[in-house]
Amino acid sequence: MNYFPDEVIEHIFEYVGSHRDRNALSLVCRSWYRIERCTREKVFIGNCYSITPERLIQRFPSLKSLTLKGKPHFADFSLVPHGWGGFVYPWIEALAKGKVGLEELRLKRMVVSDESLELLSRAFPNFKSLVLVSCEEFTTDGLAAIAANCKRLRELDLQENEVDDHKGQWLSCFPDSCTSLVSLNFACLKGEINTGVLERLVARSPNLKSLRLNRSVPLDALQRIVARAPQLVDLGVGSLVHDPAMETFAKLMTTMNKCKSITSLSGFLEVTPRCLTAMYPILPKLTSLNLSYAAGIPGSDLIKLIRHCKKLQRLWIMDSIGDKGLGVVANTCKELQELRVFPSDNIGQHAAVTEKGLVAISMGCPKLHSLLYFCHQMTNAALITVAKNCPNFIRFRLAILDATKPDPDTNQPLDEGFGAIVQSCRRLRRLSLSGQLTDKVFLYIGMYAEQLEMLSIAFAGESDKGMLYVLNGCKKLRKLEIRDCPFGNTALLTDVGKYETMRSLWMSSCEVTVGACKVLAMKMPRLNVEIFNENEPADCEPDDVQKVEKMYLYRTLAGKRKDAPEYVWTL
Amino acid sequence: MARESLGFEITELRLGLPGEPKSLVSTNKNEKKRMFSEIDGNGDNEKKSNTGGNLKTTESKAQVVGWPPVCSYRKKNSMNEATKMYVKVSMDGAPFLRKIDLGMHKGYSELALALEKLFGCYGMGEALKDPENCEHVPIYEDKEGDWMLVGDVPWEMFMESCKRLRIMKRSDAWQIERTYIEIDEIKEKNV
Repeated sequence: MNYFPDEVIEHIFEYVGSHRDRNALSLVCRSWYRIERCTREKVFIGNCYSITPERLIQRFPSLKSLTLKGKPHFADFSLVPHGWGGFVYPWIEALAKGKVGLEELRLKRMVVSDESLELLSRAFPNFKSLVLVSCEEFTTDGLAAIAANCKRLRELDLQENEVDDHKGQWLSCFPDSCTSLVSLNFACLKGEINTGVLERLVARSPNLKSLRLNRSVPLDALQRIVARAPQLVDLGVGSLVHDPAMETFAKLMTTMNKCKSITSLSGFLEVTPRCLTAMYPILPKLTSLNLSYAAGIPGSDLIKLIRHCKKLQRLWIMDSIGDKGLGVVANTCKELQELRVFPSDNIGQHAAVTEKGLVAISMGCPKLHSLLYFCHQMTNAALITVAKNCPNFIRFRLAILDATKPDPDTNQPLDEGFGAIVQSCRRLRRLSLSGQLTDKVFLYIGMYAEQLEMLSIAFAGESDKGMLYVLNGCKKLRKLEIRDCPFGNTALLTDVGKYETMRSLWMSSCEVTVGACKVLAMKMPRLNVEIFNENEPADCEPDDVQKVEKMYLYRTLAGKRKDAPEYVWTL
Repeated sequence: MARESLGFEITELRLGLPGEPKSLVSTNKNEKKRMFSEIDGNGDNEKKSNTGGNLKTTESKAQVVGWPPVCSYRKKNSMNEATKMYVKVSMDGAPFLRKIDLGMHKGYSELALALEKLFGCYGMGEALKDPENCEHVPIYEDKEGDWMLVGDVPWEMFMESCKRLRIMKRSDAWQIERTYIEIDEIKEKNV
């Protein structure tokens, strides 16, 4: 029903950015579908096996920016064996063949070979931005190709990747003519870099806003580099270790004083705590602080630092800060929206976090909406208090180090606590459970968690009813990942149609059998049902009654994939 | 209903997860593979008493794959460099050496356990208590280059001074002693 010419509709669509909204537009009518697909520049694909690159290119000829995710989330925790898949090369090859004007590529949990980076660097003359998160297989050789060939590169952002350092001088591969860098993050690289080359690169990049260094940059080089980029907004300090020359340290402090724009700080992979005073000039303006890799900063120094960070909105920190430290955060960081507390490796150090820290945060930080909290224990009372204080949670992830620990005060499961969370936080989209939990918590989740999109469950529940409560109740569920729970075939097979409304389902060490998976695969041809068969020889067909160690199923329009390793059976 | 019976069952001592209403659940579910408390060695983990609260050492943490859910990159990169004290450990007869982080252990008994695990040489714990009677004897090279028997000095002092470890076969120890005795005898003869 078009009362306007196409150009007008196209113009209106320009204002619609989010993927979901764009997807909704395309469903309205045929001409909107047509106009939308021709004008769409950014596409997000949450599962690289859900569609073929060819089909993507066919539908979106104006594609400029692509986000792809590969391995299932539990691959982060070593639950997916090596070689499972998620190869980016076929995508890059197809995009190159299709002469797509690719400018931006963002990959998460994918296998990225040097070959693919080399092809990427040559095939797209307008390529501007590469973001790799939790990827593997590439080396500094691949980075060298990107540096050398992407004439318009603005962003090279490497987050938490396993990269082999080949000692080549990849940084030197940025030509002198490259002056367009806006963001450079190589914190995850292990090897040495030529600090002189880096300094010159920074000096000729007037638009550089984000710079995250690895641990090989010593204090004097750090000072010189930051001095060249007073316009920085985001700084990642790799190493801040005591320099015997006191004047270098004083110089650094002066330099930091000149950085009026830094609002985001991270890193400190190696640190001498008393050197942190050099950072104090920028603390009051910080909105984002990530010290989750700064294992060398003891709790007392963390607390001293935090007292200066009154504007923090995002804080990632280690549990060495302790409950007391979280109390300081609660008193200081009134604008806090996102908090992540990671477990430190420190054995014998008593400071750790418990429910007390979380309660303090909930009382002091009413704007909190995202939480990832590793702790030693949790109580129902605390969760109920938190639910009352913070009804705005969008993401709530709790990881008790002892996965099945009950409430230590009452010895009860944590059903009531999590029940309070889902009942109070009506906008909750992501939830991760831990602690001792019965089927009851799932009853609550099914009843109240109406906006829930992603749920992670481990060592919980008592029967199939638990999983069924969730599948029946959570209408917006997209990703469900379950490990070590007593959910079996009845739960899996009761509502097979549900899985086509979801991106994926992961079940490992549960009670599901091979036979049930076969039934499911047969009933739902548009699902890939993969079972991982690690212990048996490849040609040995397991019994239908045999329990499945790991199952991953996902909806797809691409059919059975051809790159699965031997141990993966797509039924 | 199971809720009432739960109240009493919770006070029972058993290895399974607390609060399992066994009567309601079919037999299938009770064969839960790898129940967390069993894998984790929760019940009889004496390390708990050393530290107050439920602090686990890396060894027991590592027994449950993927819990706590920290991504592998983070696990590898958030260790405190300052407290790591890796020393080489050689065992007579083994084709290659190993490395062990002294900072990971709180005392000699933990070290003994770790060495046993590394080389499969059981009885290391006993060797520390009773060096005369065991097949394998742990010795270490100190800062001055002398080879010392493990276990004489306080743990902290040992951590400070230990440069490398060696697990010697008792029979070798006698050999070396005999060699020194022979050397002394020869020296005396030549005097």
